[in-house]
Amino acid sequence: MAPVLFDYVLGLADDALILGHRLSEWCGHAPLLEEELALANIGLDLIGQARALYDYAGALEGKGRDQNALAYLRDAPQYRNLLLVEQPNGDFAMTIARQFLYTAYAGPFWHMMTGSRDATLAAIAATARHEAEYHRRHAGEWLVRLGDGTEESHRRAQAAIDALWPYTGEMFEADASAAALVAEGIAADPALLRAEWNQTADATLAAATLTRPADGWMQSGGRHGRHSEHLGYILAELQFLQRAYPGAQW
Amino acid sequence: MPLWEVFIRAKAGLAHRHVGSVHAGDAEMALQAARDVYTRRGEGVSLWVVPSAAITASDPYDEAELFEPASAKPYRHPTFYTVPKEVGDM
Repeated sequence: MAPVLFDYVLGLADDALILGHRLSEWCGHAPLLEEELALANIGLDLIGQARALYDYAGALEGKGRDQNALAYLRDAPQYRNLLLVEQPNGDFAMTIARQFLYTAYAGPFWHMMTGSRDATLAAIAATARHEAEYHRRHAGEWLVRLGDGTEESHRRAQAAIDALWPYTGEMFEADASAAALVAEGIAADPALLRAEWNQTADATLAAATLTRPADGWMQSGGRHGRHSEHLGYILAELQFLQRAYPGAQW
Repeated sequence: MPLWEVFIRAKAGLAHRHVGSVHAGDAEMALQAARDVYTRRGEGVSLWVVPSAAITASDPYDEAELFEPASAKPYRHPTFYTVPKEVGDM
């Protein structure tokens, strides 16, 4: 079970790190000072989650890799994050749409994980669930105001939802190894998550006067290391220091 | 974008205190902005946001007539009492 659990935890850690890094890119560029702090706060919450998850993944693997080794010394094909979280920030509507689509999943996910039979994951979830709940609220309130705002903000919000929709299917994929973890009571059940996600998405999109896109063909591959070209650019920036000066310490 | 004044209750039993202001389009967003700007280090357990425009302020030019009369009345300070430690914050 250990290698399967390692992959699972690594995927969660990579989601949090990559999305946290994306949000950090708004530093100095956010549309409002208040939003600048909000996005940076959320990014820091995510990187905090990533650190705890990487530590646990390293312990599960048992090869002496710590959080720094896992974050800084793997190349794109070894990353296991969802394709959704590596998508570019785009305009503010694109960032909020990505944030909403992810947090509508991460909120209930961490809530469910507080009941995981894996004690470490349950402990991480105890903190993460409150963070994720606020992240969902933040993104949801913004999406409603962008969608139900001006003609321009509505157009941009709808375009962002349309562009990112094909990346939402990946959150609920259940391969054989994930199903085994669900059966053991360790992982959250993707089918239950999808039901709750659908409810949140429908309610929020309706409040935002946005149209839910049809569930057509869905992008896939992030959990198996097949990424969009964007991840390479993220890692180039994220890993530069450790690659140029191996072992450098803060 | 409208300005909102932010008040934080540091812990149960204390009054909300003014800590600063935020810009936000409406009350709910002002509450979120206040949370993100002013409670990042565990500053409080409750938040108020109030439209800055709803505040009526005294005129600085009236300072003398409003406040100086009180400065000549030290007997109004309850300095004759000792407050027991158990009372805590007042």
